[in-house]
Amino acid sequence: MDAPAIRATGLTKDFGQRTAFRDLTFEVGTGEVFGFLGPNGAGKTTTVRVLGTLIRPTSGTAEVAGVPLAEGSGPELRSLVAVMPENPGMYLRLTVYDNLEYFAGLYGIPRSAARERILASLDTVGMASRAGDFAGSLSKGLRQRASLARTLLSDPRVLFLDEPTSGLDPVASREVRELIEGLRTHGVTVFLTTHRLEEAERLCDRIAVLNTTLRVVGRPDDLRRQLFESAIEVRTARPLADPSSVFGSVGATGAWTQDGDGVYQVRARDPATVTPELARALVAAGADVLRLAEVQRTLEDVYLQLVNEDVEVQR
Amino acid sequence: MTPRTRAVLRKELRDLRRNKFIVATMVFLPLFVILIPFLSVLGVKAGDPESTVRNVVGGASLSFFLVPLILPTVIAGYAVIGEREQGTLEPVLTTPVRESELLIGKALAAVVPCVSIAYGLYVVYRVWVVSAAVPLVQHLVNQPSQLIAVILFAPLLSTFSIWVGLAISVRSNDVRVAQQLSGLAALPMLGLIALFSFRILTPTVTVALAGAVLLAVIDLAAWRLVSALFDRERILTRYGSA
Repeated sequence: MDAPAIRATGLTKDFGQRTAFRDLTFEVGTGEVFGFLGPNGAGKTTTVRVLGTLIRPTSGTAEVAGVPLAEGSGPELRSLVAVMPENPGMYLRLTVYDNLEYFAGLYGIPRSAARERILASLDTVGMASRAGDFAGSLSKGLRQRASLARTLLSDPRVLFLDEPTSGLDPVASREVRELIEGLRTHGVTVFLTTHRLEEAERLCDRIAVLNTTLRVVGRPDDLRRQLFESAIEVRTARPLADPSSVFGSVGATGAWTQDGDGVYQVRARDPATVTPELARALVAAGADVLRLAEVQRTLEDVYLQLVNEDVEVQR
Repeated sequence: MTPRTRAVLRKELRDLRRNKFIVATMVFLPLFVILIPFLSVLGVKAGDPESTVRNVVGGASLSFFLVPLILPTVIAGYAVIGEREQGTLEPVLTTPVRESELLIGKALAAVVPCVSIAYGLYVVYRVWVVSAAVPLVQHLVNQPSQLIAVILFAPLLSTFSIWVGLAISVRSNDVRVAQQLSGLAALPMLGLIALFSFRILTPTVTVALAGAVLLAVIDLAAWRLVSALFDRERILTRYGSA
């Protein structure tokens, strides 16, 4: 089994009296797309900066691409990873090609090989024809793509993407998401911080929710199961005369709640088994069934549940 | 020079060339500066007292050092803050480039054009003196110590100036303020040169070489200071979001 691409143990970062994040312990597998979610100020960007050796942790240890975070290991570690900050950070007076050529030099790519690498990176993000354009003349979406091309130059083992679709319109966001999906096929480990939950759900193998401390880590499906009991939504044309007797007649159902006229949620450990039984019981009770389906929890539900728990705790 | 320093130097020169403010400053400041020695030397007549002529030539030679001293501060002020303002510093700091490689590349990008301009102006001045000035002016300007002073002092002053500018740039958050402070901070060095230009210290080759050694020591100390100040974490988090 491959060693984890990222391994953090008890990682903490304080800025004076303020704690950016505390006691982070997690692993990211090689080739995994790992989502890092959290509200503003949760410590996501600081985590990326610490793992990218831009700033030092206050305590704890971490290893990225097999290199430990340590005094003096910065250049080696940074040669194996690439970081795309939220701001594309392009030199606006230089062409896209010149921008990438500069970074190819910083990554130590020989000039003889740089041209081919730059054009290949631009081609990957669909910008080969814009190589000669000044970065200042590009839209934000194109700058973001050029910035992504820049991170691909060094053929990194781990790619940190900090809010890659922030401020982009839906079309540009979709293009960037497609590029990230493309990276998965190249076996690059992607550490993605984002506010966009649907983006995380679509792209990430696993996600972590951070709010100064790590709240959960897992696959979106597993997190849904951990945080929410399975439930079946029942809609009938008219309210049931005696819902307790209908729902109570089905063996594996638990508590039920009424959300409106003819709208019920029935807890069930195994919806696949219970749903047909429930359908029969409803028909037997003379109900006109409009809808009978498992309640789908989204990642947003998971996220809001966790963040709201934190708000409650703070109160 | 490492390949990464070369990459920084190439990019800096490319970027500076396209920065209209910097280009305008690099063109007009030297033109303005060179007017002083040209006009003052033109005003010297054959019968003028020697002390007066010495003062005029001293003032003229001193003005040459304004170019390598002031011009780099304009570039240095932009070097770190300008990058931070346009958000380019963070991506650069995520690469394997070492602080020393980045700083030396940036310093060379400021020193090379400024010293080239200073040398060019001095060549024009010497040609002008040889062809148009009175013999006493020619005699004073053609002293070997003067030539050595210009050749050695110009790059050393430029280097000092760029380190001061970078140190202020690292600590500041406004390009204009950094440029002005850097200019002010570099000016005292002109006093040291004035001792030589106005012959308060007898301008011999030995004194010129000793002055150059002193400047080199000051440059080295300034480099150590800038290296210590250039901390990735402080630069990224002091003014940016954490």
